[in-house]
Amino acid sequence: MSADRILKWVTASFAMIVVVLLCGIGIMLLVKSWPAIHTFTWHFPLTRLWDPVQGAFGALPFIYGTVVSSLLALMMALPLGLGIAIFLVELCPDRLKGTIAFLVELLAAIPSVIYGLWGIFFLVPWLRETIEPWCIEHLGVVPLFEGPPYGIGMCAAGLVLAIMILPIIASISRDVLETVPNDQREAALALGATRWEMIRTAVLPYGRSGLFGACFLGLGRALGETMAVTMVIGNRPEISTSLFHPAATMASVVANEFTEATGELYLSALFGIGLVLLSITFLVNLGARWLVLSIGRLPQGT
Amino acid sequence: MQWRYHMRKIIDWSMSGAAMMATLCGLIPLILISMHLLRRGISSINLDFFTHMPQPVGEPGGGMANAIIGTCLMVGIATAIALPIGLLGGLYLSEFGERRTGAAVRFAADMLNGIPSIVIGIFVYGFVVVPLGHFSAMAGGIALSIIMMPMILRNTEEMLRLVPHALREAALALGIPYWKTLLRVVLVTARRGIVTGILLALARIAGETAPLLFTALGNQFWSLRLDQPMAALPLQIFTYAISPFEEWQQQAWSGALVLIGIVVILSLLSRWMVRVPQVKTDG
Repeated sequence: MSADRILKWVTASFAMIVVVLLCGIGIMLLVKSWPAIHTFTWHFPLTRLWDPVQGAFGALPFIYGTVVSSLLALMMALPLGLGIAIFLVELCPDRLKGTIAFLVELLAAIPSVIYGLWGIFFLVPWLRETIEPWCIEHLGVVPLFEGPPYGIGMCAAGLVLAIMILPIIASISRDVLETVPNDQREAALALGATRWEMIRTAVLPYGRSGLFGACFLGLGRALGETMAVTMVIGNRPEISTSLFHPAATMASVVANEFTEATGELYLSALFGIGLVLLSITFLVNLGARWLVLSIGRLPQGT
Repeated sequence: MQWRYHMRKIIDWSMSGAAMMATLCGLIPLILISMHLLRRGISSINLDFFTHMPQPVGEPGGGMANAIIGTCLMVGIATAIALPIGLLGGLYLSEFGERRTGAAVRFAADMLNGIPSIVIGIFVYGFVVVPLGHFSAMAGGIALSIIMMPMILRNTEEMLRLVPHALREAALALGIPYWKTLLRVVLVTARRGIVTGILLALARIAGETAPLLFTALGNQFWSLRLDQPMAALPLQIFTYAISPFEEWQQQAWSGALVLIGIVVILSLLSRWMVRVPQVKTDG
């Protein structure tokens, strides 16, 4: 065999390790969660009760917590992230561009556990003493703002997650907006559009699928985020309409209870939650990948 | 008509203003976090912090020497595993990976990159910790390497694709075999971009906590044994942050400051690598 072929096979076999790992992760979680799947069947993700002492394991509170906290984060981070991207691409003077982009990237580089630490000692007390009492007093009739101000809870988790996914959404949206050809902008301006009208009618529609992709990637990150959420959400497996109530997410229950899980069924239920989390993030990332890749296929503005 | 014109102007201004406000709002958390980290963390950063062991509850002082060394060791293990896979896999993708295998590897790497780190933690628990029967630094390193792998792989591929074809053709025209061209010309030309990617991956895994929870577990004592539980800086910060003791919480802030220092230095280094103009390749 020639050296070229050897190199090809060696590199191919190293590259295949990634594929094997991905399959291995799926299979491992399926095998380990089999006792729970076998016992609870399809009731597992639909049951509200999580009581390890009674041997009752339902994943619904965690699925609810994960989905709601992530959507909350997305609702806050999306307008801000898009605003940052528009500012960086369309408005920012060239001299500031690099610095601001670097600062946003720095926000992405901060480890999750440090967000959690900051959340516990600054964000949570601030919410408990300032924001939540005010909301409860003035908006308390709305079920979203009921209950005592714990500080920890869904609201704190959503806020921390929003800060964490903001740089992802901002930097991907910026990349997307930068691929919009200048012809598009010039055409809109030539028709008499103001700068905002140009952004709204020419720039944003052109990058639409990429911007959706940025959302999905941010969502994927928020769904799987563990440490910061575990530290501020309060870890109570309950479904409450109030944003100020403690809750739990799939990642946080695994992080909290995995090492103390006694008994095969308990451990296997936690693996099952891991499997549900893996499936949801897989689907979201699949969507993101498809959307982001599709910008490459757009007509290149002629 | 005049009125509509003014309206459009006003909307234009207010939207530009909104974008500016969004940027300011986005930077506020960064400013707040760095301020709090510096204010709370700086007071107990001293030589002891880097050279001493954690103190029991109630005794002030002490350091995180074991956790700092532990993090370095586990990141080292992760790099040793992920580097060959990422580099050679990336080489495969850029040079031979046009067909279905390449697409499969690309897809797998992108999906692996999106898997929550806690899921990787429980996978390694089932894959390494259960068969061996105990938590170990080795398992922690393996978990980190799985996070690092797809990042290096895709970055290496992209950097290799940037190498102009003329360079390969020139090498081939001189009679250099293809494999030697790849290893000695293409790889060497792209080295700056590849190293940048590695630094960014290091910055990312140095701060990972979730995959270490059920693999390296953490350790309050001095240990350099790879088959035993080992302390890590992010784990130690987590344990101290959720503890009820004032001294420990203080240590958590200092640990966080050290960790962010490591991450920022790695990020700055990678930026600097990009900015410095490429020196002439003579490899």
